[in-house]
Amino acid sequence: MSHVVIIGNGIAGVTAARHVRKNSTKEITIISGETAHFFSRTALMYVFMGHMKYENIKPYEDSFWKKNRIHLKQAWVENIDTDAQQLQLSGGDTMAYDELIIATGSKPNKFGWEGEDLKGVQGFYSWQDLELLEENVKRTQQAVIVGGGLIGVELAEMLHTRGIEVTFLVREDRFWGNVLPYQDGELIAKHIKKNGINLVFNTELDIIHGNNQGEVIAITTKDGLKIACQLVGLTAGVSPNIGVVDASNIPTKRGVLVDHYLKTIIPNVYAIGDCAEFYEHPTNRKSIEQVWYTGKMMGETVAQTICGRPTKYMPGVWFNSAKFFDIEYQTYGWVWNIPKENEEVFCWQHPTKDILLKLVFDQTTQVLLGVNTFGIRMRHDVCNQWISKGAHIDIVIQNLGAANFDPELFTAYEPLIVAAFNKKYKKQINLKMKKSGRIANLLTKVLNR
Amino acid sequence: MKIAQRIGLVLFALGFIAFIGSLFTSTYTLSNQLISDSANKGEQSAILQDILKNVVDKTYSSKWEFSSKISYEIEKINEFYRSQEEWEKVIYNQKELLFYLTKNSANGPINQEPSLWFLLTFGVGILGAILTNAFSYLGHPGMKNNGIFQSTWKSRGTVGVLLGAFLIVFYILLYWFPHYIAEWALMLDSLSEFLSGNPSSQWFLYGFLYTIAILTMGIRFIKKYRHNKYQMVRTISVMFFQTSFAFVIPDILARLNLPAYDLKNIFPLDYSLFFEWRLDEYLANGFIGYFMLFWSISLFLIGVPVITYFYGKRWYCSWVCGCGGLAETAGDEFRHLSDKSLNAWKFERISINAVLVFAVVMSLAVIYAYITGDNNLYGIDTYKIREWYGFLIGSVFAGVIGTGFYPLLGNRAWCRFGCPLAAYLGIVQRFKSRFRITTNGGQCISCGNCSTYCEMGIDVKWYAQRGQNIVRSSCVGCGVCSAVCPRGVLKLENGTEEARLNDESIFTFGNDGVLKLRDDLDTHK
Ligand SMILES: Cc1cc2nc3c(=O)[nH]c(=O)nc-3n(C[C@H](O)[C@H](O)[C@H](O)COP(=O)(O)OP(=O)(O)OC[C@H]3O[C@@H](n4cnc5c(N)ncnc54)[C@H](O)[C@@H]3O)c2cc1C
Ligand code: SF4
Repeated sequence: MSHVVIIGNGIAGVTAARHVRKNSTKEITIISGETAHFFSRTALMYVFMGHMKYENIKPYEDSFWKKNRIHLKQAWVENIDTDAQQLQLSGGDTMAYDELIIATGSKPNKFGWEGEDLKGVQGFYSWQDLELLEENVKRTQQAVIVGGGLIGVELAEMLHTRGIEVTFLVREDRFWGNVLPYQDGELIAKHIKKNGINLVFNTELDIIHGNNQGEVIAITTKDGLKIACQLVGLTAGVSPNIGVVDASNIPTKRGVLVDHYLKTIIPNVYAIGDCAEFYEHPTNRKSIEQVWYTGKMMGETVAQTICGRPTKYMPGVWFNSAKFFDIEYQTYGWVWNIPKENEEVFCWQHPTKDILLKLVFDQTTQVLLGVNTFGIRMRHDVCNQWISKGAHIDIVIQNLGAANFDPELFTAYEPLIVAAFNKKYKKQINLKMKKSGRIANLLTKVLNR
Repeated sequence: MKIAQRIGLVLFALGFIAFIGSLFTSTYTLSNQLISDSANKGEQSAILQDILKNVVDKTYSSKWEFSSKISYEIEKINEFYRSQEEWEKVIYNQKELLFYLTKNSANGPINQEPSLWFLLTFGVGILGAILTNAFSYLGHPGMKNNGIFQSTWKSRGTVGVLLGAFLIVFYILLYWFPHYIAEWALMLDSLSEFLSGNPSSQWFLYGFLYTIAILTMGIRFIKKYRHNKYQMVRTISVMFFQTSFAFVIPDILARLNLPAYDLKNIFPLDYSLFFEWRLDEYLANGFIGYFMLFWSISLFLIGVPVITYFYGKRWYCSWVCGCGGLAETAGDEFRHLSDKSLNAWKFERISINAVLVFAVVMSLAVIYAYITGDNNLYGIDTYKIREWYGFLIGSVFAGVIGTGFYPLLGNRAWCRFGCPLAAYLGIVQRFKSRFRITTNGGQCISCGNCSTYCEMGIDVKWYAQRGQNIVRSSCVGCGVCSAVCPRGVLKLENGTEEARLNDESIFTFGNDGVLKLRDDLDTHK
């Protein structure tokens, strides 16, 4: 019986293991150094904030692994011998494999800042980072976070709940500027500030200062501004964590290089998740994808190939979501930070609340290309269909109600959105009412008059 | 703001201390007049006056001594009557007797100034609770579960264990030794007289405490979920049903000399519906009595299946029911304590259905006895069956375990493991209903918030991360999973039955390569 060994028990590795199990009787081992069991990395913040414990963020009960005959081994892989098909583990053990899946994830970026190794300077990615943070906040009244992305906001919120004064340094002129359009970034920035975070744009970290115990005490920015702090959170992106393949003959660039089947050029070695880099992406996406969903999809896909049904990685319509303090964000298809030439953008924003809906469509064909939504939940399958089938924007507007996924009795903003659309484009589109839930519809109307 | 909250907490603590202290302020002097007022028939009064002649007109400073003397004498005479087989003379209403004798013999600040003490205890406590709750959850509206797992009272810390112990003791006293808390009822006499025309029983006391718990903690809940209309409306609904149907209306019915029952309480949760004294009471009250009986039976036979078909069991469990109402308001801060393990689910399915079977068998036996007049069913005394049901299920399970263990087992232990009505509603919901929790495609990040805050212990994320809708008999539709989900993955809704159970998306939604492969495999099968 062939032995599938997976390095990394993150979402990518675990999904691969589950689907290999579904499709075969192969022996499966997952080796990971971080924790004994798979946990949800995206939920680390909730453990710090006291919403959950470690036990709660494990997606599967501990008994699941044995029941599904998936062996777990907690160890660090130190080296891969691809000729002998054997792994060298910390503690001196070795393990032979017939098929190897590398799913080692990412690590926080460091850019060689002066003082980046001081005590109190840290990234936020792993369980160990969380433990370190608990240690570091004990002596923290003021913190500086460097890098305006998703992990940065989460860290800001986490620290804020412990009463720590947070300064958030962003290099660009707006929040998450390489992803979000201007208006969307503004909305988030305002919301972050409203929640008591000192958000500073157009500012880069220069030096981190320490005292003679090696603890951070302040930073200076490139403009020469000095800010006292006892904690520096480095959240300026992540990059593939591929130290394990360094000494092997597996080719890498920034990540472990793979083809459309997630195979490396070395026989029986695959790479998936955050650590994989495509020579050329099978669709129009970037060559490294560092989100939960893509890790999951790659895991599903590689399992098919390993179980004898070679399958290309073909993700469909792009989607993602996040939460910035109290604003939920979802995106479907492509909404570029700077619209492309052929794109028309319709944006509706609530006059007072932090609610925004953005629809991007093609100027000539009038076909929907992307959706951004803040503070309104949308149905994934409806948006997916619209975008994959190329729905006309008028159809989309007319059926906006059907795409709403907010809880029952919530205020429906669709009538306002449709009115704004009609006004801007001089059209007379009527919003279709949902058929189901008549009483709920009625109650919603009465409540929100 | 913080200060207002602190003041509230201090007031609550003071009210609570006065409340407990009030039980230790009286002396007790029994008189023959009191005995004849409390006894249920002339004959009993004479017997009691005779056996209690050593107690009468003496002043006791200890409630324990006073009541044990009385119980001792009653036990002794009962034993005598039993040995003589003089069954009709045996004193069965010992618990009520002891309660009223103690309550009416009490002499001290409480009976002299009941209204003042009402204000000092209930009044100050309620004010404090309202103040604290109105100033909790400040800041931007949104889910704020910060620090719950670090909290000593919310996460089985010392305060949580003490709170649990207090509630358990309270329930034990209420059900089996109500005379120890008679002073509390004394303070409520004028309110009770005002509503029903009768002095306060321990059940009036319980109803009052229950209602203010739902109201004051309901305010807290609404404050916490003020960004979520579904939560607010649902909570206002349970606050309304508790105050009107469960508390005020039965008292008004009593004042009108009509059967005084909670008309939203549905069989078999309302397990005494078919007991002969209730049937007799309905039948003795003409049209209104018949109507009330008809109403209760139709709710059970028609209301439950029809409404549950359209809306799921939530229409009752988290919009109407009193047990549910208390769980959702006073119990909200304990919802994460429910056990999410597979074993707990296995146990739940056995235990809740076993209680349903027990309730149905007990009721059939009781109806059989009522119709035939024969209390013996296959050699089993039907009185014994209902006595055991009342003790085990009605008191121990629903009260002591169901509520007393809030801070230890979570707020829905009764609803999940024991309520026979929930079992019935659940069967309808699972097999014939339009209700489901829809999972939003592939958006789940397996964070675990939904499962953690599911008071019914459903491992919601197990389904959500597979892209599968959640259709479970135990779901009470509280909507909190949907509220706490940071990615907008869950929506409670009623829709067509076809799309309800989807086992489609075991693969991540949007993984077109694998989906295509699966479609190909399906067509080749
Ligand atoms: C705080 C935070 C919040 C996030 N929120 C979101 C979100 O909301 N949505 C979203 O889409 N994405 C989010 N992400 C990104 C997402 O978590 C990652 O894309 C995803 O976890 C990557 O999964 P993976 O399986 O590829 O790798 P990982 O989850 O990183 O797992 C790799 C595992 O391999 C182990 N490992 C590495 N090297 C070795 C070795 N040599 N030997 C043994 N074990 C090794 C690592 O210790 C780790 O446990 C978030 C990330 C973070 C840090
Ligand atoms: S709360 Fe939402 S994202 Fe988290 S596990 Fe549940 S459904 Fe998934």
